[in-house]
Amino acid sequence: MPKKLVVIGNGMAAGHALEELFSRSPDAYEVTIFGAEPRVNYNRIMLSPVLSGEKAYEDILIHDDAWYEANGVTPHRGKQVVQIDRDAKHVRAADGTTAEYDQLLIATGSLPFIIPVPGASLPGVVTYRDQDDVESMLVAARKGGRAIVIGGGLLGLEAAAGLKAQGMDVTVLHLMPTLMERQVDPSAGYLLQRAMEERGIAVRCRANTHAILGEAHVTGVKLDDGTELPADIVIMAVGIKPNAVLGKEAGLETNRGILVGDNMRTSDPNVLAVGECVEHRGTCYGLVAPLYEMAKVVAAQLAGDATASYTGSVTATKLKVTGIDLFSAGDFSEADDRQDIVLRDVARGIYKRVVLKGNHIVGAVLYGETADGSWFFDLLRKETDVSELRDTLIFGQSYAGGASLDPTAAVAALPDDAEICGCNGVCKSKIAQTINEKGLSTLADVRAHTKASASCGTCTGLVEQVMALTLGDKFSRAATEPMCGCTDLGHDEVRRLIGVAELKSIPAVMQELGWKTSCGCAKCRPALNYYLLCDWPEEYEDDGRSRYINERIHANIQKDGTYSVVPRMWGGLTNPRELRAIADVADRYNIPTVKVTGGQRIDLLGVRKEDLPAVWADLNEAGMVSGHAYAKGLRTVKTCVGKEWCRFGTQDSTSLGVKIERFMWGSWTPAKLKMGVSGCPRNCAEATCKDVGVICVDSGFEIHFAGAAGLHIKGTQLLCKTAGEDECIEVIAALTQLYREQGHYLERMYKWADRVGLDAIRGIVVEDHDKRRALFERFEISQRKAQIDPWAERAAGRDAHEFKPMANFTLAEAAE
Amino acid sequence: MSDWIDVGAVEDVPALGSRIVQAPGGNIAVFKAADGTLFALRDRCPHKGGPLSQGIVHGHSVTCPLHNWVISLESGEAQGADQGCAHKIPLRVNGARILLAASALLPNAA
Ligand code: SRM
Ligand SMILES: Cc1cc2nc3c(=O)[nH]c(=O)nc-3n(C[C@H](O)[C@H](O)[C@H](O)COP(=O)(O)OP(=O)(O)OC[C@H]3O[C@@H](n4cnc5c(N)ncnc54)[C@H](O)[C@@H]3O)c2cc1C
Ligand code: SF4
Ligand code: FES
Repeated sequence: MPKKLVVIGNGMAAGHALEELFSRSPDAYEVTIFGAEPRVNYNRIMLSPVLSGEKAYEDILIHDDAWYEANGVTPHRGKQVVQIDRDAKHVRAADGTTAEYDQLLIATGSLPFIIPVPGASLPGVVTYRDQDDVESMLVAARKGGRAIVIGGGLLGLEAAAGLKAQGMDVTVLHLMPTLMERQVDPSAGYLLQRAMEERGIAVRCRANTHAILGEAHVTGVKLDDGTELPADIVIMAVGIKPNAVLGKEAGLETNRGILVGDNMRTSDPNVLAVGECVEHRGTCYGLVAPLYEMAKVVAAQLAGDATASYTGSVTATKLKVTGIDLFSAGDFSEADDRQDIVLRDVARGIYKRVVLKGNHIVGAVLYGETADGSWFFDLLRKETDVSELRDTLIFGQSYAGGASLDPTAAVAALPDDAEICGCNGVCKSKIAQTINEKGLSTLADVRAHTKASASCGTCTGLVEQVMALTLGDKFSRAATEPMCGCTDLGHDEVRRLIGVAELKSIPAVMQELGWKTSCGCAKCRPALNYYLLCDWPEEYEDDGRSRYINERIHANIQKDGTYSVVPRMWGGLTNPRELRAIADVADRYNIPTVKVTGGQRIDLLGVRKEDLPAVWADLNEAGMVSGHAYAKGLRTVKTCVGKEWCRFGTQDSTSLGVKIERFMWGSWTPAKLKMGVSGCPRNCAEATCKDVGVICVDSGFEIHFAGAAGLHIKGTQLLCKTAGEDECIEVIAALTQLYREQGHYLERMYKWADRVGLDAIRGIVVEDHDKRRALFERFEISQRKAQIDPWAERAAGRDAHEFKPMANFTLAEAAE
Repeated sequence: MSDWIDVGAVEDVPALGSRIVQAPGGNIAVFKAADGTLFALRDRCPHKGGPLSQGIVHGHSVTCPLHNWVISLESGEAQGADQGCAHKIPLRVNGARILLAASALLPNAA
């Protein structure tokens, strides 16, 4: 007499476990299976091709009615089990059907996670888990209109591609900066986003859903930043959670999932569990491969092999969107004991990365060409020693002489009409043509005939690359100093290419310019963050992770780990109200030191990090904002008393200083930027050792620049003289903008001026009124987003996690 | 008393960032690498006591914010030519929760 096996959940894990069991011992059990869905076992992972129309539901059926009959299985369709009685050893379904068991197998899978925002339960909000969900989406798609997919992971992207293929207008909202960040690194995430956008799907990263809008049916989604997007259907694909409720209610040990040992048995030896509902050695899986490995062990255990054991799985992911090849496996973080091998084919949009630890592969990410995925995965799982293959490993299994990395690839990939020389408006094909027609071979010739790189010279490296591309071996390129070990390109070339190729994110720069590492280093990341911020002031989102602590949290770290806070005092002016607020803050937060700085303002030193947001809120209240004493940006504008009080003063230097500071605060620059305005040549504001200094004279304003008084003392040079204040401010802003656009990261103004030359700067900022005006306007635009007080943002809750300890046990001590 | 103490949720710690746990024996820094691996060290740089929790996290290392020593998150050891060790605290992840060794948190736990 066979024993009774009851299975709860008729999904992929259960189906596979039964197949394995029947092939081992076909007659050992009389099997009853309950499935909450009104159908039998189908291939859930193929729902996406059904959604996109590439397959029909019938094509993805795994077990048809005949299979259940042939194997003597009783299938209960559309019957959800609501209770397990472990004492009586029987289960009961919602409709009252019961079944007794000797052995019970729980395979209830996962539940889609629903983010708890207002409107989440409106009709028209759909999850993506089963055939019913696909049918709801297809009904909506037939009407056309707009779909919003919340979640840029595997499921979300497959849903988006499917709905797009069905003719809907699709937007994907993703909380993180890059897509599928759990499975792939930012470089592959960038390529993925590009590919989605190319097929007409809009992607918004860093988009946090605030609410789902609508009365009787969904009408749109509102984001945290206030944006409202219209929608006819919203797909919630933000993740899954193991469906362990039934097990928990039956008193089995659960954590996130139902806990099982290596023998796949739960805390009750007669109850086994398999699939996404289980937690094994602290891990819950969300892919089929591990479930299949578990299913084998379940079958062996059921067949009487008590030694069969499951020890965990390494997983690999493939995205199933036709035309996008993406593979990832294992662990691909950077670490000291790991080495990265990276291959980027800029022109073909290929990115491959293999992570080695010792002589073994521990992770792999492939984008654009994934044929070698299974080969890498196999080497990874078997922990094969790859030291012999190392040099050519990245080229894959069928390596045949693999292409070497080409330093001109980034330039080769540019379109013909890409502007190489910004000053003179010379494009790539013009340079190449002229070289060919006139038989040019030196940089001097190219400059003479095309004017490319003949003005400010910052595009020299690029012009040389176009020459190398056109002339081949005949050209030997002068070596440019690379930005860092991650690239062969210099700062100027990177900056120019960011503009020409319209690169708008760090991963975009790294991919399109063929970075040799996967995620850059501490040298290039802050530099790229600045360049992108400068070039795309309205679009680029600052990357805090690429900033040093002071700039990340907007205060200066001190030797004991406390912070200093320096509010702005415009032009060095203050008043009783501000002084009182500073005094109150110092008292309220026990701030030990209050010091007048060399920059004409007050420094509160020794503030505890936790207190920063509150300190800022109080200072904001009195009208004060961040003084950016920590920034590669505008610091102070020192002034003297000037004409208003001083018997020698020629102009109102104090109010000019205040105007300049009010107009320019918040601006990020390659290195710090300090200014001074003195009311006469006695120069009490020390204007002639600042990055920009103004000396007022009877007839107007002398503008000096390129000074410094730190490690090297540099007196300023005269830039020009203006008659009025407005023109003075316009020149200073234009000069600053030119420096912002041409300076290398961490290069102070005087070093930039030495590099590009006084005449070149004067030629643009002083002599060419159109260019000056254009620079001034670009500066104005960038100030729109820059002049938001970072303290006020944080006092209002931004980055709150930075300022709060996660837990505090010092109080617990007192309680004990 | 259990040997492990729950100090917070895995998602409380941002990737490439860190959070502090205040304890009688001094602050503990809990770090999360880009791959999601969690580490805990005493929040004191072996050089001059800098708060490692404020540094830039890269790979399985953190660069001290005060004078740029690079400390391994795996061992607490200073890397390269520098010598010294920031004490490593045993850490366990249980589902979505982070647990630290009780002995590191409580002054008189066994
Ligand atoms: C607070 C202050 C000293 C004071 O108590 O007066 C100060 C404090 C620091 N200076 Fe300064 N400098 C201060 C005015 C100056 C001045 C004078 C001035 O601005 O008129 C100079 C010379 C002028 C110049 O920069 O050309 C000055 C030249 C430097 C330098 C050398 C820069 C150089 O290019 O050579 C550094 C190092 C650096 O930036 O890399 C520096 C760096 C620093 C740092 C940021 C050191 C650090 O990295 O931690 C100090 C931060 C302390 C803090 O947390 O507040 N500080 N520092 C002054 C703040 C002014 C303000 O209100 O913002
Ligand atoms: C659209 C989509 C695409 C995917 N693509 C991939 C992929 O490319 N590669 C990959 O490896 N994985 C993919 N997956 C994940 C894969 O489908 C799952 O890992 C797998 O289906 C899990 O199997 P399971 O048996 O544990 O759960 P399921 O297949 O979900 O089966 C559980 C079943 O139990 C039923 N049930 C739950 N509670 C009860 C109850 N109380 N009584 C009765 N029945 C109950 C449910 O209705 C469900 O039918 C994808 C998933 C989806 C949704
Ligand atoms: S001179 Fe500047 S950097 Fe040096 S100790 Fe004084 S404040 Fe610090
Ligand atoms: S205290 Fe950490 S490097 Fe000096």
